[in-house]
Amino acid sequence: MSSDAPAFEIAVTLKRGRLRLAYDFTAGPGLTALFGPSGAGKTSLLDAVAGLARPAQGRIAVSGTVLYDRAARIDLKPERRRCGYVFQDLRLFPHHTVRDNLRYGWKLAEAQQRSLGWDHTLDLLGIAPLLDRMPATLSGGEAQRVAIGRALLSGPAFLLMDEPLASVDAARRGEILGLIERIRSDLKLPILYVSHDRAEVERLADRIIPIPAP
Amino acid sequence: MNSLATGWLSPAEWEVLILSLKVSGVAIVAALPASFALAWMLARWRFPGKVLVDALVHLPLVLPPVVTGWLLLIAFSPNAPLGGFLERTFGVTFLFRWTGAALAAAVMALPLMVRAMRLSLEAVDRRLESAARTLGAGPWRTFATVTLPLSANGILAALVLGLARSVGEFGATITFASNIPGETQTLPLAIYSALQMPGSDIQVARLAGLSVLLSVGALVLSEWLARRSGQEKGRHVV
Repeated sequence: MSSDAPAFEIAVTLKRGRLRLAYDFTAGPGLTALFGPSGAGKTSLLDAVAGLARPAQGRIAVSGTVLYDRAARIDLKPERRRCGYVFQDLRLFPHHTVRDNLRYGWKLAEAQQRSLGWDHTLDLLGIAPLLDRMPATLSGGEAQRVAIGRALLSGPAFLLMDEPLASVDAARRGEILGLIERIRSDLKLPILYVSHDRAEVERLADRIIPIPAP
Repeated sequence: MNSLATGWLSPAEWEVLILSLKVSGVAIVAALPASFALAWMLARWRFPGKVLVDALVHLPLVLPPVVTGWLLLIAFSPNAPLGGFLERTFGVTFLFRWTGAALAAAVMALPLMVRAMRLSLEAVDRRLESAARTLGAGPWRTFATVTLPLSANGILAALVLGLARSVGEFGATITFASNIPGETQTLPLAIYSALQMPGSDIQVARLAGLSVLLSVGALVLSEWLARRSGQEKGRHVV
């Protein structure tokens, strides 16, 4: 991993049904927004970066680490990619408390990968009072903050955020937006951020990659 | 039923009870990994011949038990290739042995167990598994921490169904392993034998009562287990 490598180097073709979606961009540090209408394949791209979906061809590198390169036969498993993925549908483990959800990735990360402390993350997100709750009892905003916390605590090298405001009601949007701004400026993690909301993207993003409808 | 209420069983009755528990216990322990592997294959894999595997698994459920017993007889007799192989390599024989009764019970319980486990595996949200992977868990850890706990109730249901089925197994057992007191004569077979003898009404009633107690006990145990795991999950739900 070299420090002067671009944060994201992505040149892939994804197959989704009969569609072939091609993406080709390089992005520096900070928050890169993938902006486009629903159904344009933005989530498919995040899944490919996370290793949850295999591209038809191409290459994906983050901060100089090659995650996928079809020509070189490199395809890191999801658990080796060190991505903090905040899913649009959150995917909190329903059978675990908030504490155990947060500890899941924390336990698996090596000590030097944990760039953020446990207490610091809980403070930043304001989720310390929720630790003993079950995910089903959380409000949309609370669940969203726990999902962000779980991703941050897993010792990620970069963040993938898929419509993190989707499950938050309008009154709580400002709060989550502010949080994401703090994560962007306080942590030195590159972020790939998916949204279909222009105002949101213009407020948060260091650069915007338009994703047209297929 | 009066003498049963005092809790004392005759040595012969004890023998039948212990043998029944041994046969169904071994049958379920043997059927558990096999049925889980089959349920996993049917729920998660796509392969040619899947329909055939599915049909084969369900065969003991739809065939007359006598036919299943006869097929086992053909496959596992010492003269058959499979039975001969098992006898030569592992020294295991099934004919007229309690192991045969356990095998028959396991085969009869298998379809019910596979069905229950398959349904619960199919109900597990695979998106949660992919979330675990992105958090650094490999496939095995994901299985142990996400898939297994989320399908635990189905596996428990499969165990209870399988146990109930194997304790009550009659047709395939008597055809395959025969009805030998102390070796293959489980509770249902003992009841059947007692019924053949004139003047043994009390004996039949005692064995039938034992059978009822056993079934009710299993049912209560499974309810208790299910409730306990339910409480565990809802621990912090207000």
